[in-house]
Order: sequence, then structure tokens, then C-alpha cells
Amino acid sequence: MTGSVLPPLTLAIPMLAAAVLAGTQCLGFRLLAQAIALVATVSTIVICALELALAIRHGVAVYWFGGWHPHHGVALGISFAIDPFGAGLACFCTVLTLAAQVFSWRHFESVGHAFPALLLVLMAAIIGFSESGDLFNMFVFFELMTATAIALTAHRSDQRAPLQGALNFGISNAIGGFLVLFGIALLYGRTGGLNLAQIGAALAGHRVDGLVVVAFALIVCGFFVKAAIIPFHFWLADAYASAPTPVCVIFAGVMSEVGLYGVARVYWTVFAGPLGPHAATLRLILVLTGAATALGGAVMCLLQQLLKRLLAFATISYMGLFLVGLGMLDVRGLAGTAIFVVADGLVKASLFVCVGILQHRRADADSLRIRGLGRGSPFTGIVFALAALGLAAMPGWGSFLGKTLIESAAAEQPGYGWVPVLITVTECLVGAAVLAAGARAFLGWGPELDDDAALSDDSEDLDELSDPEARTPAILFGPALALMLAGLAIGVLPGVGRFAVAGATRFEASAAYGSAVLRGRVTTLTVPRIHTTPTLEDVLLGLAFTVVTVSLALLVLAPRPRWAPDVAVSARRAAVQRLHELHSGHPGDYVTWLVAGAAALTAVLAVTLG
Amino acid sequence: MSFGPFAVAVWLLLVGLYGIVTSRNLVHLILCLGVVQASTYVLLLAIGYRTGGAAPIFADIPVGTRAVDPVVQALTLTDVVVEATVMALLLAIALQVDKRFGTVDPDELRDLRG
Repeated sequence: MTGSVLPPLTLAIPMLAAAVLAGTQCLGFRLLAQAIALVATVSTIVICALELALAIRHGVAVYWFGGWHPHHGVALGISFAIDPFGAGLACFCTVLTLAAQVFSWRHFESVGHAFPALLLVLMAAIIGFSESGDLFNMFVFFELMTATAIALTAHRSDQRAPLQGALNFGISNAIGGFLVLFGIALLYGRTGGLNLAQIGAALAGHRVDGLVVVAFALIVCGFFVKAAIIPFHFWLADAYASAPTPVCVIFAGVMSEVGLYGVARVYWTVFAGPLGPHAATLRLILVLTGAATALGGAVMCLLQQLLKRLLAFATISYMGLFLVGLGMLDVRGLAGTAIFVVADGLVKASLFVCVGILQHRRADADSLRIRGLGRGSPFTGIVFALAALGLAAMPGWGSFLGKTLIESAAAEQPGYGWVPVLITVTECLVGAAVLAAGARAFLGWGPELDDDAALSDDSEDLDELSDPEARTPAILFGPALALMLAGLAIGVLPGVGRFAVAGATRFEASAAYGSAVLRGRVTTLTVPRIHTTPTLEDVLLGLAFTVVTVSLALLVLAPRPRWAPDVAVSARRAAVQRLHELHSGHPGDYVTWLVAGAAALTAVLAVTLG
Repeated sequence: MSFGPFAVAVWLLLVGLYGIVTSRNLVHLILCLGVVQASTYVLLLAIGYRTGGAAPIFADIPVGTRAVDPVVQALTLTDVVVEATVMALLLAIALQVDKRFGTVDPDELRDLRG
């Protein structure tokens, strides 16, 4: 097959380039390093785009490493099974890596070789995770992602906050990896297979029993750690707040979402058969967990004053919304989530680049002293405001399209009428928080922040960046604008909804996936006719809620009313203090929550599904 | 199928997690992470074990002899390599923490809160 050389190339090119970069570190040619990284990233984008085209044409494009083709329906080797969503996620990751590479050239005073090499390896790991058809292979790429991300977070190892962030990141995600591995071991013990289609075929048609449910619960908990679902989310705020901003572009844009992709992939290929009869219970559990994450993240987002930490909690909140969409366990929900993930990833990346531009003007721009910092960069402010509106799912943006599809999925299921309310409330709260932060930074609005609510203001080392300049360099502004416009394009381009629905249908078709991987048979699927264009009534409602978001933002910025009774003010302050104390920065606390959450989720799943 | 190895795996997991939660020293914490890793190795190898099975090298024994499962051994080796990388990274970060914070007590890391 003509496409047969592409999948290994998507891994080989970035990794070889990273090796070359690491090996030539002593030479120290900055331009050469940038050129090698750029060439590797762009060629990977091209190859991933080709793979996407092939996946759309063939449904599931399967590649067997080492030529180990399946024998009589038994998988012998490791496969990449690339379907439209997997290829799409890989493409998306490569595009964001390109933005991060370009952005890092001016963000750091001296980039060196290690940083672009690590970015390339992270990109390869995410691509491998999205394309893999083997469960243990997914685990290995998951761990590679964690290791590379730890190194990237702690890149500025002469500062204190990144070290703590990387430590919390590493410990939480390593334990998440062990949970996944426990689940994989149990599944292997039961079925003797590691290939997703193989395990699915072995489990299909059998009654679900305790072992399968516990394995499912462990794998889901492990991936939820990566996806920062409450109560596994504590590490993300620390890590994303302290990682270098180009790295946050990839983290918030695609790395967290990849965790939920893993849950979806494992569910539909392996567990949809045995857990299918219990879909309604599973739907309830997933949607409730997503709802808790969405609201919890939104509340914490409103309480943040540091820009990057605010965006980190916005990420957590939206991961909850993605889980709600996924948890609907049907084509509409999946299609809506796919669009939402890509569109939201693009605008969040744009927001982080804008924060990076602010940091360019003043190195400690993530501290509390950001009021009015961005007054000299009006265009960046406009991009920030538009991206924040895109985050709040203003009609016309890709996130609005995705959200509408998820809401129509909820409308199909009886008893989920509250889901659209949840989504709207979350988006209004998060959008208001981000808009308010932008207004504080770019317009200087908002009250002076009291210092006792301040967290440690880590402004010791400021020479990360070049001297603050009057004009924003185009190389920083360009990615911000391009990413924001791409988020807009997803909402406006025709065919996006149709592609998403077709991709979701293919993603859910476990039997077709199994026969493609194990028997090489291509099955054409009938795509359900789902109307994806938002109706006029949806658009008007969306515009109304955008107005609500903007008003909420102004409310956030308004000075505290004098008529508020003292008891209410002190009660609110006590509650806020408790919430801040929960996120203590102590790795032991985070692991306690992780273990408790995993135990609780496993118990709930075992009792309700077993 | 004897119960012992699985009990050991669960015990190592619980002890390691307890160590991580209550640790007062980052190096100790990361080594407890190593203990948790060890639990996954024990689990994998226990799943692959066959009572009375030979080592899965068919150079001098006839094909078809009962042997232990080699796949889990491959998985364990891969796992060892992966976790060695993660541990090395975390220990390097712990060294830097000692340099920048002046302490390796997790309770004293207060730069990121809220």
C-alpha cells in the first residue's frame, strides 16, 4: 500500500532530528538548530496531513511494525491503526508544535539545542499515542510524553517555581502511568493480547465481570490523571503555571486532550462490547465526573490572579466539558467533542502566546503586577479579547459549533436536559475570568489586588528574555493571530461538521475497526445524517450568552460593593482560602487525592457495572 | 495460580503510595515511586508465570515445551527502561530543588500554591 511508509516516518523524522540536535549541542549553531527543528516539524506536518487524507479514504489505515501481520485473526506484532480522528489529532499536534517552535525563538534569550529537541520528542510521543493500535504501545508513548514534559517544564532549572511544577507533574503522572499499567496487566492476564482490536475481540460477547471492570477503571483513572479530571487535576495548575510559555501552548492545546482521547479509544475498541449493555450507567458516571470538573475548574479559574494559572484552570474546566461530550457515548457527542477540542486548543494556544507577548514586554508578566502592562500592544489585546470570546464559545467560533453538537447529543438522551445549562454556565464563568484578566492586563482596569491574597511572587530571575521592546516582534504576534484565526476558521468553514460526524462514526465502529486491524478488511460505513449547522435560534442564544459573559467580566472587575454585609465578605474569604489551601503545592497531598479519587471511581464502577 | 505474588504486588503498591504521601524528603519520595514501579514488575511477571515452565529460550529444548510467558518479560524490561528515565529526571530535579530551595523537604516547597 502506498501509505505504508508514512506511519514510521511520523515517528522517525522528529526523533532523528532530535537526536541530531542533541548530538550537535556542543557546536552551538543557533540558526542550524532552529533550521533542523523547523524542517523536521514541517515535514512531519506534511506527512501527518497525508496520513489524514489516507485515513479518510480507507477508514482505518493499518501499519504493522516489522512486517508482523496478523495470523488467522491473531495479532502478532505492534500496529498503528490510523483513523481520521487519530490522524487529525496527530496533525493538530504537529501544527501546535510548529507554533511553539517559532514562538520559542524570540521567547528565550538563547534557545540552545535541548529545547527544540525535547519539543520534537514530545510531538513524536503524542503522534505515536494518537496513532497506536496497541495498548502497551500507547502506555510507552504515554510515559515518553510524561518524561519529555517533565524535562520541558523544568527547562528553566535556575528558577524555583518550574522545579516544583515539574516535580508535581512527574509524580502525579508517573502514578497515573502505573494505574494504566496495572489495568493493562489485568487485561493481558485475562485475554492474552495487547492489541486493542485483539483484546476487544476476546472480550466481546462475554458477560462483563469484576476483573474487566477493574481493569477499565484503572486505565480510565490513569488517563484521567493526564487529562486533569477532578480529583486528579492538582498537578496541572502547578505545571502549566510554571512551564515556559511555548511549552504551555502544546500542553494546553493538545497534551491534556490526548488523555481523554486515550479513554475514548480504549473504551470503543476494547470495552464497548462487554460494557455496552451498561452504557446508560457509564454515561451517567462520566457526565457527572465531567460536570464536577467543569464547575470546579471554572470556580478556581475565577479565583486566580496569576495569568498562566488562570489559563491552567480554564484548561481543567474545559477538560470537564470534553468529558461530558465524550461521556454521552454517541456519535453526536463524540463529533462535537472533536470539533470543540481542536477549536478550543487553538484559541487557548493563542491566549498563551499573548501571555508570552506580555512576558516579552516585561519578564515577570505572570506576577500580580500586570495591570496596564499591555497598554502599548493594542493589537495583542484585540487578539487576546477575540481569543477569550472564542473560548467562551461566541457564535462563529469552532467552540460554538462543537458545543452545539454536544448539546444536541444531550437532548437526544432523556434526563440530560441540564447539560446545556452546565456548558453555558461553565463557558460564561471561564470566559468572564479570562476577559477580566485581559482587561486588567491590557486596559489597566480593575481594582488593585490586595497583597495578602497574593501567592509567592517569584520574580527573582528575569533575564529569561531579551530586553523589553516597544514593538511586539512579528514572530511573536504572528502565531497568536494565526492560531486565533484558525479557531475562528473551524467554526466557519463548511464541511467541518460533516467531517466530524463521519470521523465519529468511524471511531465508534468497533467491529469495523477490529476487522480492519485483524483481517485487513475495509468496511464502508453509513454516516448518519446529522444536521450540524447551528440553527438561528442557537446563534441568537449564543450571542445572548456572550453578552452575559462580557457583563460578568465587568462584574469581576468592579470594585467590591460597600453594601455587602461583613459576614458575607468574610465567609467568602474563608471559602476562597480553603480552596486555595487545597491546592497546596505539596506532592504528597496531590497523591492522596489521586489515590482517593482512583479508589472511589474504581469502587463506583465496580459496584454499578460489575 | 498462587495468590502470593499478587498479594506482594498489591502490598508494594500500597506501601509505596504511603511512602510518597507521608515523605519528608524528596529523594525518599522518588525512591518510593520506585517501589510502586516494582509492584508493576511483580504483577506483570506473576501474570506470565507458568508453574513448572522453562525459560522461554528454545535453543536446546524442543518447541512446544511448557515455558513461561516471554511477552510479560519483554513488557517488564520496557517498563524498567521507561521508569529508569522518569526516576533519573525526577532525581535530577530533586538535586536542583536542593540547590534553589535549600531543602529537600516537600513541606517546604511553597512557591506554587492556590
